[in-house]
Amino acid sequence: MDDLQSFREETRQWLEANCPPSQRQPGTPEEQYWGGRRGQFASADAQLWFERMRDRGWTAPEWPTEYGGGGLTPHQGRILKEEMRRINARTPLYSLGIWMLGPALLEYGTEAQKQQHLRAIVNGEVRWCQGYSEPGAGSDLASLQTRAEDQGEHFLVNGSKIWTTSADKSDWIFCLVRTNPDVKKQEGISFLLIDMATPGVSVTPIALISGDSEFCQTFFDNVAVPKDNLVGPLNGGWSVAKALLVHERKLMAELGSDSPRKEIPLLQAARDYLEFNDGRIADAELRSNLASHEMRMHAIGLTHMRSFEERAAGAASTAALAMKYLGTEAMKNKSELLLAIMGSRGLGWEGPGFSDEELDATRLWAGSKAMTIAGGTSEIQLNVIARNVLQLPQAPAAKSKS
Amino acid sequence: MALVLNEEQRLLRDTAQDFLQREAPVAALRQLRDSRDDTGYSTTLWQQMADLGWASIILPEAYGGLDFGFTGLGVIMQESGRTLVASPLFATAVVGASALLLAGTEAQREHYLPLLAAGNLTLALALEESHHHSPHRIEARVERRGDDLVLNGHKTFVLDGHSADYLLVLARDPERTDTGQDLTLLLVPRTSAGIDCQRSLMVDSRNAATINFTDVRIPADAVLGRPGQASDALDQILDRGRVALAAEMLGSAEEVFDRTVAWLKERVQFGVPIGSFQALQHRAAHMQTELELSRSVVLQALAAVDDNPTQVPLLASLAKANLNELVKNISNEAVQMHGGIGVTDELEIGFFLKRARVTMQIFGDTGFHKDRYASLCGY
Ligand SMILES: Cc1cc2nc3c(=O)[nH]c(=O)nc-3n(C[C@H](O)[C@H](O)[C@H](O)COP(=O)(O)OP(=O)(O)OC[C@H]3O[C@@H](n4cnc5c(N)ncnc54)[C@H](O)[C@@H]3O)c2cc1C
Repeated sequence: MDDLQSFREETRQWLEANCPPSQRQPGTPEEQYWGGRRGQFASADAQLWFERMRDRGWTAPEWPTEYGGGGLTPHQGRILKEEMRRINARTPLYSLGIWMLGPALLEYGTEAQKQQHLRAIVNGEVRWCQGYSEPGAGSDLASLQTRAEDQGEHFLVNGSKIWTTSADKSDWIFCLVRTNPDVKKQEGISFLLIDMATPGVSVTPIALISGDSEFCQTFFDNVAVPKDNLVGPLNGGWSVAKALLVHERKLMAELGSDSPRKEIPLLQAARDYLEFNDGRIADAELRSNLASHEMRMHAIGLTHMRSFEERAAGAASTAALAMKYLGTEAMKNKSELLLAIMGSRGLGWEGPGFSDEELDATRLWAGSKAMTIAGGTSEIQLNVIARNVLQLPQAPAAKSKS
Repeated sequence: MALVLNEEQRLLRDTAQDFLQREAPVAALRQLRDSRDDTGYSTTLWQQMADLGWASIILPEAYGGLDFGFTGLGVIMQESGRTLVASPLFATAVVGASALLLAGTEAQREHYLPLLAAGNLTLALALEESHHHSPHRIEARVERRGDDLVLNGHKTFVLDGHSADYLLVLARDPERTDTGQDLTLLLVPRTSAGIDCQRSLMVDSRNAATINFTDVRIPADAVLGRPGQASDALDQILDRGRVALAAEMLGSAEEVFDRTVAWLKERVQFGVPIGSFQALQHRAAHMQTELELSRSVVLQALAAVDDNPTQVPLLASLAKANLNELVKNISNEAVQMHGGIGVTDELEIGFFLKRARVTMQIFGDTGFHKDRYASLCGY
């Protein structure tokens, strides 16, 4: 405990000395730095902050130092997070490489793959995207059809991926591909790393209800991929994929509680947009809904803590499996509530008459609908809990298919 | 940290589980009900529980206590919720003991607490005056007459009220109304002249009394602590009660849920276990996630009583409101998923359903605590 306390002190001092003031306030999505060959810093301070954190290994605080990480224990990693949140420090580097691919490579990658990719991720040199979903394979991910044929020297990849977030801005993609069509669907899948600059890869952005077009359809037309880019055994990609999904869901569960984001907090919105009587919100329905939501967020925060402590104590945590479902449903609810609190001020789409924050609220509300779909829908989360935690028998329909 | 049980608490839980499953399963509650037991709980069982140290679990060693704190108490409450054990644990060992600790004078603590710890003194808090929890809306009056005090008033929903040795009565002192500090807690022997105590059997097969106090004469030293000073202590006492009760409710919810999940695997319809139907799977999985939240909330609230008192009011209201909703929903789902057998008296699920409704009203329903939470947060 004393060690952790002194780590906290040191961390606090270091952050105090190194985090530029401009990086200690909520940022807009446009100000996030995602790295990669086309990565742009929104300001000189953002670059300085990123470089200082990178040099300390703190873009990936818990990865081993030999791959450019910070070598922190989970407890230390948590303290760093808490201290950053305390001063509202921005996340210096956003990265699917850090959140998803890296942990999977650390577990399943060869030494050469770790050497090739991990440091490039930590340093923000390469931006990764995720190629799991296909037009015909969403929740039923294992039914994916993108083929990789063994051509001796390399694999030849054909097919398409959909909902690939930021494929148009990414350098590499980690993909699930079918390498054996003649076995049970989970047993013919491999995990492949593909450089998007390879001839035959193309992307088309897709517009969303939020007005963004953050995701794309990604096409593979006779793309040659070196065999060294296979992670885990041939036809053993499903295990890698599932391990990675655990990291993805953990990340999604914690979204919103993580980096400061420029949005209107609910309580602030209540003060700005609602009438108060004697210190209470006059609208009884909204007050009650707000209290319900705040209490739920409080309970979710405590459950994150408990789940962390359980895992730190080496125990299995059934709570961890519930967090994606609970967290994303709560976020969706929060956006609805914010809109309700703002009334017609929460309905602006463009141009004069609305503040930037107000316009953001509308788009965040539309964007929040994706939270309970991406990374495995809420229904799929409930399926997983029913099967893995409650150990209920599999539904007859699902049984006959797989 | 406190969100995971330590070794000592795990041992305590295992002991409690063994003991309660052997000595006080749900069948014991059924038996008390069917035999129309006068006391409403088994005094032998209570003595055994006291011998295990449960009556004194939160008391400091100086008063003969185990000093396990609320985290220790929580383990016992949770297990007692699993078997729905009827006993003075809540009214005496939690609420009564907390009242003496928080409001009593040193002399009162030294006198009463060792008796309580040994299982030789039971208490009942006579607080409510209407059918909704409103702890500060008190009309019962205590007035000076010569050297004595005289108590008049009407109390309802007094848990263990017909059997407790002493009633802890909350009353207003009209002489102090101007000061704004006029709430007084009194320790009154239940058999005092002028007390008319009517025992009611509640839906959960336990007891709550309605009590009329008519010119009850009591000595001045029956005041717990100082006259007119009960208000602050009262909120703390109630919060401790809420947190402990939330732990009991959590145990009940876990038990009724475990039984339901077991039934989903066992009951066959259309040639398959009903637990393979996704309509039921999703409802069960959703309840599982709600249970996860409730566990965190209860553990944190218990730990706060021990280590972080300033957080207790907020966490107590969070815990009580959260558990109110949990036990309501989970007990309803349990009945529904059992089908016809779920509404029979033979199956024990009904006992959980009924106990849930009573616990939901004790020390504040969901609306009460949501309102309090919002007010504490400044909206
Ligand atoms: C914002 C966002 C970003 C994304 N980014 C990526 C990315 O970068 N890379 C990537 O590979 N994918 C990405 N996805 C895709 C995402 O993983 C899929 O959308 C998701 O898995 C659901 O698949 P689907 O869209 O095909 O819906 P479907 O699977 O067709 O689902 C439709 C509906 O049916 C329900 N349903 C399906 N199966 C079952 C079942 N067995 N039981 C009960 N209900 C069921 C679903 O819950 C849903 O309500 C992203 C999605 C979103 C929204």
